[in-house]
Amino acid sequence: MATPTQPTPAPGKKINRIGLEPIAYRGSKTTLCAGCGHNAITERIIDSFWELGISPDQVLKLSGIGCSSKSPAYFLNQSHGFNSVHGRMPSVATGAVVANRKMIAIGVSGDGDTGAIGIGQFVHLMRRNLPMVYIIEDNGCYGLTKGQFSPTADLGSKLKTGVINDLPPIDTCALAIELGASFVARSFSGDPKQLKAILKAALSHRGTAMIDVLSPCVTFNDHEGSTKSYSYAKDHEEPLSDVSFVPFFEDITIDYDPGTSTTVSLHDGSKIVLTKMTEDYNPTDRLLSLRMLRETAMRNEFATGILYVEPDKPDFIDLLGLVDEPLAHLDESRTRPGKAALDEIMESFR
Amino acid sequence: MSATDAAVQEVGLRPTTQRIVNDFAIQVATVNGSGSQTANLVLLRSIFQMGVPVSGKNMFPSNIAGLPTWYTIRASAKGYIGRKKEVDFLVAMNPETAREDVLTLPPGAAVVYDEPLKLNELRKDLVFYPVPFDKLMQPITSDAKLRRLVRNMVYDGVLSRLLSVDMGQMEKALKKQLGKKLKAIEMNMSALKAGYDYAEANFTKQDPFVVEPMNKTQGMILIEGNAAAAIGCMMAGVTVVAWYPITPSSSLPEALIDYLKKYRRDPESGKTTYAVVQAEDELAALGMVIGAGWAGARAMTSTAGPGVSLMAEFAGLGYYAEVPAVIFDIQRAGPSTGLPTRTGQQDILSTAVLSHGDTNHPLLLPSSVTECYTMAMEAFDLAEQLQQPIFVMSDLDLGMNTWMAHPFEYPTTPFKRGKRLDAETLKKLGQFGRYRDVDGDGIPYRSVPGDGMPSYFARGSGHNEQALYSERADDYTKNLDRLSRKFQTAKKMMPKPDVDMAAEGGIGLIAYGTTHWAIVESRDQLKAERGLQTSYLRLKAYPFGEEINDFIDRHDRVYVVEQNRDAQMLSLLRIDLTPARVLKLRSIRHYAGLPIDGRSVTTELLSQEGEPDLGPKVSSFGTVGAD
Ligand SMILES: Cc1ncc(C[n+]2csc(CCOP(=O)(O)OP(=O)(O)O)c2C)c(N)n1
Ligand code: SF4
Repeated sequence: MATPTQPTPAPGKKINRIGLEPIAYRGSKTTLCAGCGHNAITERIIDSFWELGISPDQVLKLSGIGCSSKSPAYFLNQSHGFNSVHGRMPSVATGAVVANRKMIAIGVSGDGDTGAIGIGQFVHLMRRNLPMVYIIEDNGCYGLTKGQFSPTADLGSKLKTGVINDLPPIDTCALAIELGASFVARSFSGDPKQLKAILKAALSHRGTAMIDVLSPCVTFNDHEGSTKSYSYAKDHEEPLSDVSFVPFFEDITIDYDPGTSTTVSLHDGSKIVLTKMTEDYNPTDRLLSLRMLRETAMRNEFATGILYVEPDKPDFIDLLGLVDEPLAHLDESRTRPGKAALDEIMESFR
Repeated sequence: MSATDAAVQEVGLRPTTQRIVNDFAIQVATVNGSGSQTANLVLLRSIFQMGVPVSGKNMFPSNIAGLPTWYTIRASAKGYIGRKKEVDFLVAMNPETAREDVLTLPPGAAVVYDEPLKLNELRKDLVFYPVPFDKLMQPITSDAKLRRLVRNMVYDGVLSRLLSVDMGQMEKALKKQLGKKLKAIEMNMSALKAGYDYAEANFTKQDPFVVEPMNKTQGMILIEGNAAAAIGCMMAGVTVVAWYPITPSSSLPEALIDYLKKYRRDPESGKTTYAVVQAEDELAALGMVIGAGWAGARAMTSTAGPGVSLMAEFAGLGYYAEVPAVIFDIQRAGPSTGLPTRTGQQDILSTAVLSHGDTNHPLLLPSSVTECYTMAMEAFDLAEQLQQPIFVMSDLDLGMNTWMAHPFEYPTTPFKRGKRLDAETLKKLGQFGRYRDVDGDGIPYRSVPGDGMPSYFARGSGHNEQALYSERADDYTKNLDRLSRKFQTAKKMMPKPDVDMAAEGGIGLIAYGTTHWAIVESRDQLKAERGLQTSYLRLKAYPFGEEINDFIDRHDRVYVVEQNRDAQMLSLLRIDLTPARVLKLRSIRHYAGLPIDGRSVTTELLSQEGEPDLGPKVSSFGTVGAD
């Protein structure tokens, strides 16, 4: 992220620290169903990027296939978008981020796109800790193909057609923690305050920030008996803590009581402040996080908030030991060895 | 059987006065994992160092240790480096296959074998040289493991004596092969000498095969196609490599990693100007390449048939979203897993149209290690110029076997990066439309993240000129027709075929890739043995250019020779050519998993011409000296 130069705001105009109005962060008009959780997430993505003052042309937005995966078209019009193939966005993102380490990458996937066809690539993305924000817009069904169960559908949840899911769900958060993701969170599309705070923290994290956002499908999976419906999610959401995010360019002014709060410093100097709600929750303890996830799931509840974070873990770009400039921008003088090199190689084959 | 037996008895042994100089094939039959590769390469290199054209072909099992392996070294004064079907000199080290190896030899061949195998009892029309390998190894080392590994050098010593391969060259080759491992060199030298001395003391030369110095390899190198391709990729400025291990492709990225480590570190920071990612599968490998190509990097992957199959969906995305990518397919034999360690040209048809919908891809068809190098560079240029995946169709024979070549030349042309949007172009265009055909060649302009130019939204779903989502029929057909136009443009940009118009009005041959080497030899055979002149067109790329029409028009009948069962290139030609031209096409196919050889082409062509192949008019027994 570039260091902000504070422009003088024109009177009456709402601009961020790089002088852009919120409209500069919007995308094309959504074609998703009215009331679809995915649209609410899109709005929070727009808010977060605008509030952080990230320049849209510095952003790669990627997705797989599904209703959820359509949404990158609905935010950040000036960013570089790639709507790839079903379940394989992680590999495309890996190639793109490796090619241009200066870009900020955000990927949007669905629970089918991630949990079914794309689970293999998801697993390896988490392992690699590629610097990007990875969002699962989780509605427990395949929206775009008209409502079939996805692998995150809860045991016993019912389709509109009356079919009951008798397979256990994959908990993508627990899986991500297990696999080495360095930032794992869960939220709900209907909780704008928490979702925005998490998104902003995720954008300040260096490494893979995986966010599973419960996002009801109003057309196929928002009925009585669905555990991914608005009413169910509202009733069974269990916020672990109240997440506040303090960007590196703001002083910590939030009033919090040190006795009941934890502060985690992120890579770029910004901070997450977690105000305890129920119990002592330490998001840097992997075992604790996994145990808590299990326990809330057994109570048929969703733990929301930042579930796990490991701010200092080396990311994939660090491990590769790349030059500072984007690989994609290196010219011939940097990437074609001289004649002496070829001569030396030829000599070795004589 | 009896008829053959009679013939065998009649031919019997050749008079020992006959000499066949620099024109024979040696086959070493061993067990894989027994460390015979050093001995084989030392032998190959020694003959090469004596100035005699050589080629080495390894036929190995899909297994780590314990299964039969055959390594064939061909010396050819005339410079033929394709496979020679007949084995003239067998080194039988594998008890499992020894009997069959001996029984299939042509009469007059020579056999060096491990004495206890008693192979001399099998046939009367061969020359046998029994060698007590274990006994000779006893004084050299008491370590059983080392003994097993170094034992193979003994046959090199025996052959050195029998074939007159200079011991000084053997020593030089051994040092080249083992580098600085002094202890190993010393022990191998002892084994080599033991073999030589044993042969000197115990054998009188009874076979006609000898090596005599020539000057046909001066300044040349010995290299495998995969290493050559790796050098080409590095010289092409590759920055992102994603791959998944598979035979016979792995040695390409592995060689590339070695070169990149050595030559592509930033001198000041020590950081790398490249990234190599070992992906979770080939699907992810191509996904990474597509992501990197979209972001503006020169990116590549390398695989074989099963990997290409997995890549299908991404190949279509690359085609439709118009993303540069370079994919090496080191072809191997068979549907499914097939014969992973055997060669073929069996992915041509499926790769040309890889992925669903109306999709087609340009293919490059290297036939030599030199072309593995040059076409690697061409592939990166074409990928960026055409903005789409380019497949380089090598094969196991080319990729993993050892070939002679002149040292590669340093590239003189700068990278061709295609139509990249810049401020000036943008001003001229007025408005950026990612998929707008501004120049009428079907190739639009593209921007890449971070270049300061307007962004666009790449997608595999329907899109219009502005790269916006569209399901409109007119947008869709317009886009598809532009992609066709681009394919027409590609025809003009792909490398042109090599044409030798020696028999206008008569027989033409079309081939590509490693089949080339069999064609070279077969054409000479047809001319020398039958007085039959042929023309030859060697394809270097798909889509085909105009030259192919002209070639077919100028001949009465045209044989398409290739290494697959289903005449895959001929099928592609059928799609493109007019019916009148298609009628002139005939097919010669070879798909046993072994490299195609000249004699097989000659025999099959003559049979289709209605003539039996009577073999060489002057039998090879009579080929004397180096001409
Ligand atoms: C290879 C492949 N198989 C199947 C499909 C069909 N398909 C499109 S979207 C989708 C499911 C999407 O579900 P999810 O990822 O949960 O996203 P949602 O639509 O629910 O947001 C499927 C199966 C496809 N596009 N590609
Ligand atoms: S079908 Fe469901 S997931 Fe798709 S847009 Fe409609 S509400 Fe959203």
